[in-house]
Amino acid sequence: MIGVVLFPGTNCEQDVIEAVGALGGSADIVWHGDRHLPSGVDAVVLPGGFAHGDYLRTGAIARFSPVMGAVTDFAMGGGPVLGICNGFQILCEAGLLPGALQKNRGLKFVCADTDVRVETSVTPATSAIAPGTVLRIPINHFEGCFTCSPKTLDELRQEGQVVFRYVDNPNGSIDDIAGVCSKERNVVGLMPHPERATHGLLGSTDGGRVLASLLAAVAASG
Amino acid sequence: MVFDVLVEVRLRPGIADPQGATIERSLPTLGYDGVRGVRVGKAIRFSLDAADEGAARAEVEQLCARFLANPVIEDAVVSMEASP
Repeated sequence: MIGVVLFPGTNCEQDVIEAVGALGGSADIVWHGDRHLPSGVDAVVLPGGFAHGDYLRTGAIARFSPVMGAVTDFAMGGGPVLGICNGFQILCEAGLLPGALQKNRGLKFVCADTDVRVETSVTPATSAIAPGTVLRIPINHFEGCFTCSPKTLDELRQEGQVVFRYVDNPNGSIDDIAGVCSKERNVVGLMPHPERATHGLLGSTDGGRVLASLLAAVAASG
Repeated sequence: MVFDVLVEVRLRPGIADPQGATIERSLPTLGYDGVRGVRVGKAIRFSLDAADEGAARAEVEQLCARFLANPVIEDAVVSMEASP
């Protein structure tokens, strides 16, 4: 079962649960105030939204929610964790992913379809997608400009931790980065919303391949 | 003792500041031609109970590092004085 963490201000949790269900998986809400993950959770998704109002900085308060201790333990134990948009920001604030997300370079909230290139298959979120594949997945954010030190950027490139790159950079992210993974590769964050590209009516089904990869990775490890 | 604390959260040198750049570009149109190096940050004020200034400063430095600033992109500059 995929545990989808609900913080006050999260607003994409039902979309993720619906999309996972449509792919034949099961997903359920995990409340941010719980100190433990429910038994049977094989993967954790931190969905998009505005957790705790994004006050101070995006993710700055959410990272101290009680459930984040359990999410950190789960990640340290090798469990797959996927952060989408606000979830990516929270994982960066929590130190589970490198870097930080700043306001978009153009100072505009951007809501648009983007083409995103998969750079590695060696993560739970891309396990079933060939490197070089371009996916059409929408973004919907104000703070999506990925930023890190030159040293961190070198490490990300050398270790193959850049998981997704924009084909046409919409927000000024360094090195066109749309998503990264942890050194151990089990924690992945990306700004695009795969759950919003899971049905023909939504204009693309490419995002379903990301969530299907996560389900396949869970099935393979179980 | 009670201390009045001001924490200024600044983007670290070299970190892009599109808000600052936009403000700087707009100033010449208002007739301010000599302004350079505009950087936008946050000012956070609060009062703090502590035994002495050393203890107050240590606590504020810690809460800045853990919470008020993101060390990947920001620095925090702390100033404080005993509350009158």
